[in-house]
This record gives sequence, structure tokens and C-alpha cells, in this order.
Amino acid sequence: MTNVMIDTGNYIAAKAAVMAKPDVVAAYPITPQTTLVEGIANYHDSGEFKGDYICVESEHSAMAACIGASSTGVRTFTGTSSHGLLLMHEMLHWAALARLPVIMCNINRVIGPGWNIWADENDSISQRDTGWIQFYCSSNQEIFDTVIQAFKLGEHQDVSLPVMISYNAFILSHTSMPVYIPEQKDIDEFLPKRVPTWNLDVDNPITFGNIILPSEYEKVRLEMQKSQENAKKLIPKISKEWKKKFGRFHGDLIEYYKCDDVDYVLLSMGAIGAESKVAIDNLQKAGVKIGLARVRTFRPFPEEEILELSKKADLIVIDRNISVGLGGALFNEIKGKLYGKSDANVHGFIAGLGGKDVVFTDIEIMCKKAIKGKAKDHQVWYGLEEV
Amino acid sequence: MKKYKVATTISYPKKGAMGKTGTWRVFKPTLDKKKCVKCLRCWIFCPEATIIRKKDDSVEIDYEYCKGCGICANVCKVKAITIEREAKKK
Repeated sequence: MTNVMIDTGNYIAAKAAVMAKPDVVAAYPITPQTTLVEGIANYHDSGEFKGDYICVESEHSAMAACIGASSTGVRTFTGTSSHGLLLMHEMLHWAALARLPVIMCNINRVIGPGWNIWADENDSISQRDTGWIQFYCSSNQEIFDTVIQAFKLGEHQDVSLPVMISYNAFILSHTSMPVYIPEQKDIDEFLPKRVPTWNLDVDNPITFGNIILPSEYEKVRLEMQKSQENAKKLIPKISKEWKKKFGRFHGDLIEYYKCDDVDYVLLSMGAIGAESKVAIDNLQKAGVKIGLARVRTFRPFPEEEILELSKKADLIVIDRNISVGLGGALFNEIKGKLYGKSDANVHGFIAGLGGKDVVFTDIEIMCKKAIKGKAKDHQVWYGLEEV
Repeated sequence: MKKYKVATTISYPKKGAMGKTGTWRVFKPTLDKKKCVKCLRCWIFCPEATIIRKKDDSVEIDYEYCKGCGICANVCKVKAITIEREAKKK
């Protein structure tokens, strides 16, 4: 029996987190994440969430508490957004270098000043070098399914890294959609209890996080890199198992949408990724040979998949972020990975910063401009620069 | 002892895991056994476990690992431990 729950992205994420049975949740509220942690608090009050809920005084403390709990070998979860994520920055590195699979939802929100609570991916993109695995979701169902799968991935012996599940502020966090909720026993079967790769234990005393010499530290970094590579292989395995058990699939590192026999492939993430499907439908109806590759994981970066796409089509990239002084992160990372391996043109757009709405008609306009060669090998600020 | 395979900063209990920390010392504690009343305050307070407790509750200082923090001299009620700048190595 499967139940359908109609609710917002945050309440769906809360439901998923509770069904994954974390032992500890430590969180601090911030718009637009607030209802996520309120949701978990409600489940704690009703008894559905049986773990410990730690109310902390800041996001830095929230992540520190999760690290502390996780290092005893138990399952941990938290959620944050924007400035909260930035306040965690030091602890994000800490969790990843300690190889602790803390699972966290981040609701992509603008960074201030000026004060703005709408969707923008600069918060999580600016955490890309922390060692966390990063997923970007484009529907509430994907949020639910990805949260459960993230525990399995992060806690896997070959990965042992924290996982961040990002979704856009309000467009998903506060929008209700119907979501299939599996039975608890089926979730339990899919996601058994965590087996830690190391843990603090009074019967087997160890010291953690003390001095490490340069040659040893370098090996730690190499192992982290290898674990991210391992995640590339595990993500498809886990999503396949999920599909077999629950019948749903949102893609592996990338979700391909109508990508067969095309001259152009659009690459986008998050909410723009969902909106892009409508744009692709319309463009194909109008005879344009274009498909969509929605990037689900920014770390590990789907370089092999993108390289394959570039062999058969030119790429159009939309970034809802800006690495100031360089450009959009997705565009530049794709360009870097294709260098010397592919002759495909890469067309780029910056769009939707500060929560500016990007609807399917905008995406269609961007694709048409790209096809006309207006953004060839560079990025255009959609709506701000005339092309 | 349980060992972990994961590549991160884990160290296991071992005497002198950080090397001969006695070489860090600037101030050196000296124990006057005649004054010692075996109260064991120095043994309790030493943060580095370099006060060695004997069966008869007399104590000795392990200079190989003592960093010379001076806590033992400070907590000694009978001033049996004095601390002085260590003589310069020639």
C-alpha cells in the first residue's frame, strides 16, 4: 500500500527525514527552511520521530552537533538555507574531512545584502569545494526519494561522505504537490541501520581530529576524491534499486529528457530544470531538435555524461548562480571538462538570480538565442544584456 | 584494539603518540621527595600523565614527556615541587 501525501517540499522533506529514522536532528530555523524543521519537531511531538531533537543557537552549532552525534556512529539529519548554510561553512568542511555522513536539506535562497528570501543557487554552489555530495531536486517527489537515497549513499562504506539535498526556495519549499509515500517497513528494508566507518566508543578509545602531517593529509584528500568517484558508480545503483522497489526514477547524475537524435542539449538544474521540460516539449513541437539534461548532482560532477552529450550535440547551459569574477559555475565547469576532449559549442546564460522568475517561455527564448549563436562560448545575462 | 580503515585523522592510544614531548619544555619541575606527603594532587592534576604514581603513592616525574606546564608545582600544597627555567643545552 502506498499513500499519497499532498504537501509542500519542506513538509515532504521532513516526512522523508523522519522515515529514514535518524537518531539525532539538530537544527536552527531560517526562512525558507523553517517549516522543514518545524515539521520534524511536530513529528517529534507526535512520537513519530523517535530520535533526539536538539534545538541549537546557530547553524554552526547545528552542524557541530550533527558532527558530534555522527561521530558516535548514529544517523543524523539537519536542514538549512542561504546565510545559515554559509554560517556552517567551517563545519561543512569538518564533516566531510571527518568522513561523517551527515544528511542535510538546503533550500536554495539568495545571499544578502540586500535582504531577499527567494530562490538562487549561490548558497550551495559556494559550498561546492567542501567535499559534500550535492543533489539538486526539481519536484517534491524527487525531494522525498532523494532524501532517503542520500542516507544510503552517504553512509555507504565506499563513500562515507555527507550529502546535501538542495531545492529552490518557495518554488519547491512552499509549493504543495502530491507525493507517493511508501510504507515504513519498505523504507526500513531499503535503508538498514547505519554501519559507521569509524566511531567514538569508550570501550575502544581513539583520538579524532588531531595533528596530521602533510604527507598523510594529502592522502586523506585523495581518498575523499576517490570516494566522490565511488559515489558516481553508486548513485545509479541506488536509484536502480529504488526504481525496482518503488517504481520511481528521477535520473542518475543526470536526468535525460528527450535527448535522442538532437542537435542541442539544454543543461539546467533545480526548479529551472523542471521548467525546462515544458520548454523542450514546446521547442520540439516547433521542430527544434533539442533535448534536456537536468543535472542532479553537482558533486560528484557528471563529467563523463556531459562529455558523451557533447559528442552528439551542442550544449546550452543556464546557471542560477554566479562565481563573480569568473561566471556561472555549471557553464565554466562544463567548459573546463570539455577542453581538449570535445569540439562542441557551449552556449551560456545567467538567469533567475535574486529569485527572478524563470518560466518555460524564458527558457525557450534563451534556447532560440543560443541556436542563433548569440551566446556562443560565452555567457549572456538573460534579460539584462541585449542579444 | 579496534582499527578503522577509513582515511581520516584517527589516532590510537599509545605512549608518546606525539613524540618525545619533553623536548618542548622551557620550565622544568623538580620534586623534593623529603617534602612530599603523597597527597597525589600533582598526579591528579597533571594533564599529560607524566607524574608516575608508585605502589607506595610516592611520585616521580617522567621528563621524557613532561612539557613543563607547571601545574604540578602550582597545586602542590607543601611546595615539594618547584619549577625553574631549564638550563640551556650546551
